[in-house]
Amino acid sequence: MESGNYDNLNEIATRLRRHILEMTARAGSGHYMSSFSCVEILAALYFQEMQVRPDDPAWPGRDRFVLGKGHAAPALYAVLAERGYFPVPELMTLRQVGSRLQGHPVKSYGLPGLDASSGSLGQGISTAVGIALAAQLDGADWRVFVLLGDGECQEGQVWEAAMAAAHFKCDNLVVIVDYNALQSTGTLDEIMSLGDLRAKWEAFGWSVTEARGHDFGSLQDALAGARARKGMPHLILAHTMKGHGVPFIEGNLEYHSKPLSADELAGALHALEVRH
Amino acid sequence: MYDLNVCSHNREAYGRALVELGSTNPDVVVLDADLSTSTKTSIFAERFPERFIDVGIAEQNLLDIAAGLALSGKIPFVSTFSIFGCGRGWEQIRNTIAMDSINVNIVCTHAGLSLGGDGATHQALEDIAIMRAIPNMQVIVPADPVETRAVVQYAAAYQGPVYIRLSRRRSPHLFDAAGYRFDPKSYPVLREGDDVTILSTGNMIRKALKAAECLAEDGISAGVVNVHTIKPLARDAICSIAKKTPAIVTLEEHNVIGGLGSAVAECLVQDCPVPMRIIGVEDRFGCSGRVDELFEKFNLTPAHVAGVVKNLVRER
Repeated sequence: MESGNYDNLNEIATRLRRHILEMTARAGSGHYMSSFSCVEILAALYFQEMQVRPDDPAWPGRDRFVLGKGHAAPALYAVLAERGYFPVPELMTLRQVGSRLQGHPVKSYGLPGLDASSGSLGQGISTAVGIALAAQLDGADWRVFVLLGDGECQEGQVWEAAMAAAHFKCDNLVVIVDYNALQSTGTLDEIMSLGDLRAKWEAFGWSVTEARGHDFGSLQDALAGARARKGMPHLILAHTMKGHGVPFIEGNLEYHSKPLSADELAGALHALEVRH
Repeated sequence: MYDLNVCSHNREAYGRALVELGSTNPDVVVLDADLSTSTKTSIFAERFPERFIDVGIAEQNLLDIAAGLALSGKIPFVSTFSIFGCGRGWEQIRNTIAMDSINVNIVCTHAGLSLGGDGATHQALEDIAIMRAIPNMQVIVPADPVETRAVVQYAAAYQGPVYIRLSRRRSPHLFDAAGYRFDPKSYPVLREGDDVTILSTGNMIRKALKAAECLAEDGISAGVVNVHTIKPLARDAICSIAKKTPAIVTLEEHNVIGGLGSAVAECLVQDCPVPMRIIGVEDRFGCSGRVDELFEKFNLTPAHVAGVVKNLVRER
């Protein structure tokens, strides 16, 4: 894809949000609001930044991705389907018994394109450090990308991994924090403030850049910076809006895990069309 | 034939086995959490520093980094003390390693009461129970250096997670290196007996054999079998032992809840019920003391085992 072609990416993002709404409505559960928060980030990774081959999902030279905030699985599944890893209609099996689309990602169910299980918060970034170390051992040039929730940064294990990635100079590791400032039951500052998150990551020895998380140009700039800088792991603080794309859901925690009614679903789908 | 007085550390056999594996397989990597001189992964680290990863005192990170390495084709061996690896890392083992049956070999040392003076915080008496309860996990407790080496080789070849439990203490040399072959479905008979069989594991085998010697003096013929593989338990092997001798006693350096005794009881009560006793730590925390003092305090002595066996045989 050519850089700067953001119309196309914005169209993809709208399709992803539509899938997310439809699949979570069909399932009667699922975190569409957290998924909306990271739609552009995932699209930027899978349609622009990452070297992948959807027709050869296990290609050894591929870039890897770990969804730390596994509850945004609907967004990841939607982007994998749109990218061509598996047929889009399979999205409608989300959360059904036997589906390859488990509520949180489980690799052993065999979904093409899924590099690691995740969902127990804090574990994905450590797994990604292990993947990055394997690439170092092999002298391979593929990279590992992780999407962390901001609330996830309250897990102590995140900081164990942050320390290790800097210690081992994992410059092949790019972590993006979906910084929407909301968690399950309130704002981050109400529940457990992260303080100066940028300063924390910098103090741990990471190169840190900030981006507007729903703006493909801004994301692309941040990702390009991470590509260029060597010798340390990369952190992108992506400022986002939980529920972004549908006005009545945006920033409204009532919708963290509540199934949408038929009317709400119709209203949300309509809002996506209007906004686009 | 074994000699109960010739003893050495299974941990050192583990470290040497890692070097052997590392020499032939470049994918073998070893991880530790700042305990390598105790777990003996230091032996590997000296030989293959580029394939040794010390993550510092961070066990959760340790286990998931190993998972990431395994996902990328490496064969990781992960070591720390049992209480921290299995305890602190339990959910990492469950959710990241075992759920996808990722090929991570978890070799934890200083299990049971063997950290003596360090006290209860460092004594793992629940590790078999909590590892055994996780689907896809194998749980193996080698009894001597020869068996340790064989189990490490087995784990490296087996695709999936394995928990190997080692003690801090020395073990008697029970097996001949030339003749020993590890088979998870078959348990070595260390002593034949007609009246009762003592099933034991790891370092407690020595006490089981000593108990059997005491019992022989009292005219009771007690067999001793080394149940190295607690999960998957070789149920056929356990049942055939229970059919040969009319009573079974288990002996382990672990809580009586959830360990070897529980695994054997789950099998026998369903498939081949026989009179049985479970000997272990009676649902208590350990404490500081010399290890031999602790074995006295927690009734893990040959004399106690012999007493339990006598009562069981007489009750029948």
